[in-house]
Amino acid sequence: MKMTKIVRTTADVFYPFCLAFGLYVVMHGHLTPGGGFQGGAVMATGAALLIVARSYEDITGRLRKGVLKVCEATGLMLFLLAGLSGLLKGLPFMANWLTQTGGWVGKVMEFGPNGGELATGGLIPLLNVGVGIEVLGGLSIILLYMISGTKEKKP
Amino acid sequence: MKTAVLYAILLILFGGLLYIVTDLPFGQPCKADMDEYFIRNSQTQTGANNVVTSVVFDFRGFDTLGEATVLFTAVLGVGMMFRKLHEGEEYEND
Repeated sequence: MKMTKIVRTTADVFYPFCLAFGLYVVMHGHLTPGGGFQGGAVMATGAALLIVARSYEDITGRLRKGVLKVCEATGLMLFLLAGLSGLLKGLPFMANWLTQTGGWVGKVMEFGPNGGELATGGLIPLLNVGVGIEVLGGLSIILLYMISGTKEKKP
Repeated sequence: MKTAVLYAILLILFGGLLYIVTDLPFGQPCKADMDEYFIRNSQTQTGANNVVTSVVFDFRGFDTLGEATVLFTAVLGVGMMFRKLHEGEEYEND
């Protein structure tokens, strides 16, 4: 199916903004509404936009199945390793051992309303990033598999 | 005859459930111990401002691991289902 030039150009322009907004939602998951799942879905929306606007042969250069597969596996591995890292400290699985320690993600947080700092939350930002990468890869590769299964020819 | 009896039984059950629901007070019990605990301690214990994220990724992190695994399995299933349709394509992971 051939979309008009207007649709294709709009999709090209909006694709990086979708990725940037999804990354913002993932990175600020511990401060604002959203998180890994939601931000990953927003990033996958950018891939869906490209797929809708163009044919399958046009987008294989920008969305590679191999890269997305690696993204998905890496996200889940990052989640698991971040959960297992507490075992090295003698803490239980998924224990948040980085928080409130004053490190690079462990700025001490007080109770009550405040503006929020990006460098808080301990393990939570790492888990958010892992889930975000996994959802981005997973949803994009589902769409790519389906569009490539239809054997759509380039117009 | 059989279906009429079945519908009558379903209607009686549904009506009984509705009658029970009308007797229940709305929004009760309104307060449990856990929500108070999360609101008071999530910022100081996890360092995250967002209480929902602190519950999803810290207090109930194991549940989120399961959700991520569910997504992984779903993608695996879709890949398996569309495997037959990719025969003409070159294999990309070589």
